[in-house]
Amino acid sequence: MKKFKKYAASKAGRDTLLSFGIVIAGYIYLQVMVATGNISSLLESLLVPICAYVIMAVSLNLTVGILGELSLGHAGFMSVGAFAGVVTTTCLAEAIPSAPLRLAVAILVGGICAAVAGVIVGVPVLRLKGDYLAIVTLAFGEIIKNIINVLYIGLDSTGLHFSLLEQRFELAEGGEMIINGPMGVSGVSRLSTLTTGFVLVLITLFLILNLINSRAGRAIMSVRDNKIAADSIGISTTRYKLMAFVISAAFAGMAGTLYGMNYTTITAAKFDFNTSILILVFVVLGGLGNIWGSIIAASLLTILPEVLREVGEYRMLIYAILLIVMMLFNNSPLKARLLEKRGMKQMSKLEKNGKEGA
Amino acid sequence: MAMLEVTSLGISFGGLRAVDELSMKIEEGGLVGLIGPNGAGKTTVFNMLTGVYRPTDGGIRLDGQNLIGKKPHDICKMGVARTFQNIRLFSKLTVLDNVKTGLHNEITYSLAESLFHVGSYRKKERAMNERAMELLGVFGLESVADYQAANLPYGKQRKLEIARALATNPKLLLLDEPAAGMNPNETAELMETIEVVRKRFGVTVLLIEHDMKLVSGICEYLYVLNFGRLLAEGTPGEVLKNPEVVTAYLGE
Repeated sequence: MKKFKKYAASKAGRDTLLSFGIVIAGYIYLQVMVATGNISSLLESLLVPICAYVIMAVSLNLTVGILGELSLGHAGFMSVGAFAGVVTTTCLAEAIPSAPLRLAVAILVGGICAAVAGVIVGVPVLRLKGDYLAIVTLAFGEIIKNIINVLYIGLDSTGLHFSLLEQRFELAEGGEMIINGPMGVSGVSRLSTLTTGFVLVLITLFLILNLINSRAGRAIMSVRDNKIAADSIGISTTRYKLMAFVISAAFAGMAGTLYGMNYTTITAAKFDFNTSILILVFVVLGGLGNIWGSIIAASLLTILPEVLREVGEYRMLIYAILLIVMMLFNNSPLKARLLEKRGMKQMSKLEKNGKEGA
Repeated sequence: MAMLEVTSLGISFGGLRAVDELSMKIEEGGLVGLIGPNGAGKTTVFNMLTGVYRPTDGGIRLDGQNLIGKKPHDICKMGVARTFQNIRLFSKLTVLDNVKTGLHNEITYSLAESLFHVGSYRKKERAMNERAMELLGVFGLESVADYQAANLPYGKQRKLEIARALATNPKLLLLDEPAAGMNPNETAELMETIEVVRKRFGVTVLLIEHDMKLVSGICEYLYVLNFGRLLAEGTPGEVLKNPEVVTAYLGE
């Protein structure tokens, strides 16, 4: 018990407990609401997307908050995961009859494919810094979207066929198109549920919080705080930048699979620049490097536009105003004073200790 | 053989010759000062020694091994650690985590162990904590281990930077103006700390300094740079009497 108290008092412990607490409480609340039928059908349709966006926000926070590099192409990795997941579940439809297991395999494949995309994008991009890096990630996000937009994949008894730009293969009798170019995917069976989403959120939190509180995590944060100093104490900054970027992409891929398997039709256009920015907004509003902040921001801002449908055409106006208010609070003297108080407490304690020592 | 051998080192930035024909030899266990007026090229020498800049001419050898063209983090692994003139701490990390980051290559475990907190994670983290606290103890920083590095007063930040550099277990420690911005009391304390560190960790020290009291108080040997060239070398007594050195510092 004493050990637990000490753990809860440390910053790492507090963040971990808060993050898991929020997610578990949210899940229980939603499950009770669903079970008692107190949930609107609108909100019910948002349950899986909320989970997916929470994972997206937490994973982007790894790049933006922990590594300190602005990435504007996160939705690109999400789409890689979504489409890789659809192809996997379609191919494995007969091999693995159990839907949850098939989804788990699809999520894993989605994560791996997105990680590979992360390496391909990361190697050239991470040579750049700051604004330049942000702009190039934006470009890569668009490139990924456009490639998937012209991708044709079909499955028949002879195996998997694919081509770019136009459909250059004929499917045998009984074959089906999985990805049909700009038309995307249609007629997939929906496999994602709130519980799978919840489990995936927990796994993501477990791994990312573990990473932050470890040797690799400290190395990543040291690159953010001072690259030259990190180099000077023997940390390969390129390696850890790439590591953070690829892990971030992998989780975005898994979130993408989860998201994609929640709909019967998906198109690459869904994962455009706007989605990347939306996720960045979650991260910035939740606080850079603050994992539980990302969870709250992602959930609230996913629900908000839907709840605001009641006010009709003023919806986006109110949404925008709320964003501005939250931003103002984040930079307000009120919050600064709160933080300052914490810093001052440390300072005054230091002085007291010094006097006692003298 | 000297531990660090620098032979006719030179670097040009465009048309500017920042350092030219610099040769130095530092014996193991020595405490050597590198002094000179502002803009003489002292920090540039440090940046070449640690791989931040690549020299245009000359050679650097540490225990006979070539350092030219190596990456900064590889040079650190070979046993060279440094501090910076303008303090470069990991300001958002805690004091303890700053030192633990310095232990990055000393106590290691894999990425899988990082992600899942399995295997030797707990054991290695405990070892890291103990080693880091021990280092903080040398500098009297144990009581502030949980504070964010940015919240420390200036003098303690300087000490923390030295502790972090020592965490990498260096053979050669480069201190860039360790006494900058300190009052006479703090400087005196720092002189003691440097002596303690040298004895306890058996590390060779090369330091850049402006404070003549500190330099003549602890350095065994001095190199004086002026406009990128070696102006004089010798024991502090000899060098500080050298008329050319006096002129460089005070003018004609």
